[in-house]
Amino acid sequence: MSHTTIGTVPELMPAGTARGGRPRPGPWIRFMMRFGKALLRLLAVLIGVFWLLPTFGLAVASLRSSADNSATGWWTVFTAPAQLTLDNYAQVLQNERIVESLWNTVLITVPSTLLVVLLGALGAYALAWLDFPGRDWLFVLVVALIVVPVQVAIVPDARIFRALGIYGEISAVIAFHVAFGLPFAIFLLRNFFLNIPRDLLEAARIDGAREMVIFARVVLPIGWPAIASLAIFQFLWVWNDLLVALVFATSDNAPITYALREQMRSFSSNLDTIGPGAFLSMLVPLVVFFAFQRYFVQGVLAGSGK
Amino acid sequence: MTITPDPAQGIHPYPAQTTIGRASVADGPGGPRHAAGGPGHRDTPGGPQTTAGTAARRRSRETRLMVALFLGPALVLLLVLVCYPIVYTLWLSFRSGDGSRFVGFDNYIEMFTSSNTRRAILNNLVWVIVAPSVVTTLGLIFAVLTERLRRSAVLKAVLFMPMAISFLAAGVTFRLVYDENPDRGVLNAAVVSVHDAFVSPSRYHGVDAREQGELVPMNDGFQSRGPVNPGEPVRLALVGLPPDRIPTDAKPATAPTGGPGLQGVVWLDFSRGGGGRAGTVDAGEVGLPQMTVEAVADGGTVVATTRTDAAGRFAFPNLTSGPYVIRLPADNFTEPFNGVSWLGPTLITPAVIGAYIWIWAGFAMVLVSAGLAALPREALEAARMDGANEWQTFRHVTVPLVRPVLAVVLVTLTINVLKIFDLVYVLAPESSQDDATVVALEMYRVSFGGGLDYGLGSALAVLLFALVLPAMLFNIRRLRRDS
Repeated sequence: MSHTTIGTVPELMPAGTARGGRPRPGPWIRFMMRFGKALLRLLAVLIGVFWLLPTFGLAVASLRSSADNSATGWWTVFTAPAQLTLDNYAQVLQNERIVESLWNTVLITVPSTLLVVLLGALGAYALAWLDFPGRDWLFVLVVALIVVPVQVAIVPDARIFRALGIYGEISAVIAFHVAFGLPFAIFLLRNFFLNIPRDLLEAARIDGAREMVIFARVVLPIGWPAIASLAIFQFLWVWNDLLVALVFATSDNAPITYALREQMRSFSSNLDTIGPGAFLSMLVPLVVFFAFQRYFVQGVLAGSGK
Repeated sequence: MTITPDPAQGIHPYPAQTTIGRASVADGPGGPRHAAGGPGHRDTPGGPQTTAGTAARRRSRETRLMVALFLGPALVLLLVLVCYPIVYTLWLSFRSGDGSRFVGFDNYIEMFTSSNTRRAILNNLVWVIVAPSVVTTLGLIFAVLTERLRRSAVLKAVLFMPMAISFLAAGVTFRLVYDENPDRGVLNAAVVSVHDAFVSPSRYHGVDAREQGELVPMNDGFQSRGPVNPGEPVRLALVGLPPDRIPTDAKPATAPTGGPGLQGVVWLDFSRGGGGRAGTVDAGEVGLPQMTVEAVADGGTVVATTRTDAAGRFAFPNLTSGPYVIRLPADNFTEPFNGVSWLGPTLITPAVIGAYIWIWAGFAMVLVSAGLAALPREALEAARMDGANEWQTFRHVTVPLVRPVLAVVLVTLTINVLKIFDLVYVLAPESSQDDATVVALEMYRVSFGGGLDYGLGSALAVLLFALVLPAMLFNIRRLRRDS
């Protein structure tokens, strides 16, 4: 019978009073009214701590000596904070294999991102604003390719790269990432470019501007938000990739994910390398995450269907 | 520092684009191109109609050049590295492992019959059934929770952060979480301490009866070699307890002095530094306190139970007529609980799914949050005015209204889960990979991980492709409908 519910219509139900024959709310409801918000906040804190715990644990473990890590759990730092040391990081930064592979990650990720953005934007512009026969079919093809799993292409592409003599090279990894990044890039940017007011382009065309100029001066500046999101998504996608590197890169050209995966064969004894290495590899994505949060969220949400 | 994708700014219909362009093309009152009446109108945009035909032709030649220039590079890459390989893989899937001869459907038959690939397909099925629904449900719960809190940006950032890190980093993180050693893996540390809070660990696991002593092993515990009578002191000698596990409250053992009933001592028959005789209570040997001792009558029924004192002594003063068998039951000696083998063969798939949930719940939350933010306030208000309580409002108003968003999340996650590879590959130790494997992983293992069976690998790739085909058709249909 009671219309009282948690936290609603408070003006009808001042705390602790029962007016107009309305039955005084039961003890549970009164409890919830008073403490409901606090309980929710507590729940939120618990969930937050629970979600942070895995990463936090790895962070602490990466700051303890391997002797400590094999003797006791990372949580003992709360009682003995003196265990914390930067030695593992110092060691890892001396470790040529790890440093080189981090650099390889950069060498793979930056060109892959730039190329996808550039080729994607050019293609998207053509599909949005240039007239040619078969354009709509081409766009359907691009949309169809978005969900294609990379597994369908890795064996044939390995043969193609071998025939070209670049199998195992960084350029092969980049080429594959670009090819598989393009369908989504074109799709995303084309839809965004379509929303550019037609008048703007027409005005530029009547003024005799070349397509390339229109593209650079009109389309790119207006399409900036979409390009930023795409770039961030593509950047993270490539930075975090393992499979493509495993298939197409030799050990010398391996990115950090590949190098760390090698260490996983004996996890507990290599924890002093794997922990700091994993954190160094996370550093860039986390900076991107906190610095460009809005673009980041949009980029991830937009690209998650890939 | 807000993490909510504001539908009003930036690229707009983002949530919809996760499964491709629901609103994007037709967004706004007709996309600009459609407003103009479809393709072909650009050359006569109501501008100067006086342009001569030659100019138009020049223009169109120029356009063709532009198309080649703009679209060419992307198209070449797509055709060579994506389209052609699909056909090639399909062809390879009907050929032998090294591609040398045609084998018909053999690879497909092997895929569904060989134990590893069948395991992979079944595991993928478990993944598809469990992971997307759990992640979506959690996302809904988190979205509702954060909506009701005022300063929820921090929680949202924390929940969404795992999306930024690689599957490899997440795999490393969860290797540590799931570590079987309770002194390293936080999950087992928690499980063990909860377990020990209910079942206190035994103090004496691993001890043995002194050879030739009065005890013999029995059902994981010990009992006296033969029946004993009240009045005869019982000396129960145990060995094999490491010094660091001797209870701190243990006092030097003393031989029973005699008294009413049945008396005895349980002690560690070992003098440090040697010396001492087997079977006798020597100086320097300690009693074993808090040991449960049972007196068993002839028929096998336990007639009395007691515990030893700090010096290892026990007494049954009420037992006057014997004989009895004295028993040290098994719960004195139970092996300690060492935690759960999360990454072992039986639990590996649920464990990896757990890590996956950790990564993706924030993604679902952000999408659902955006959906909730777009809900018509009036509908909720009206429901509350009508007297619906919070749960009823949630169940009958909120959930139906965000159902389209939930569907988008589910479909997106399903596609994602079908392709899951890195997380399983990194998180499952080598020894569990046969039990954890999924289609994408098995494809890699078969083709590159030593097997070099490109035929079977290609068949698995084709299976994967076939599984995402509905999503592809769904996207295309949506696109056509919208434009």
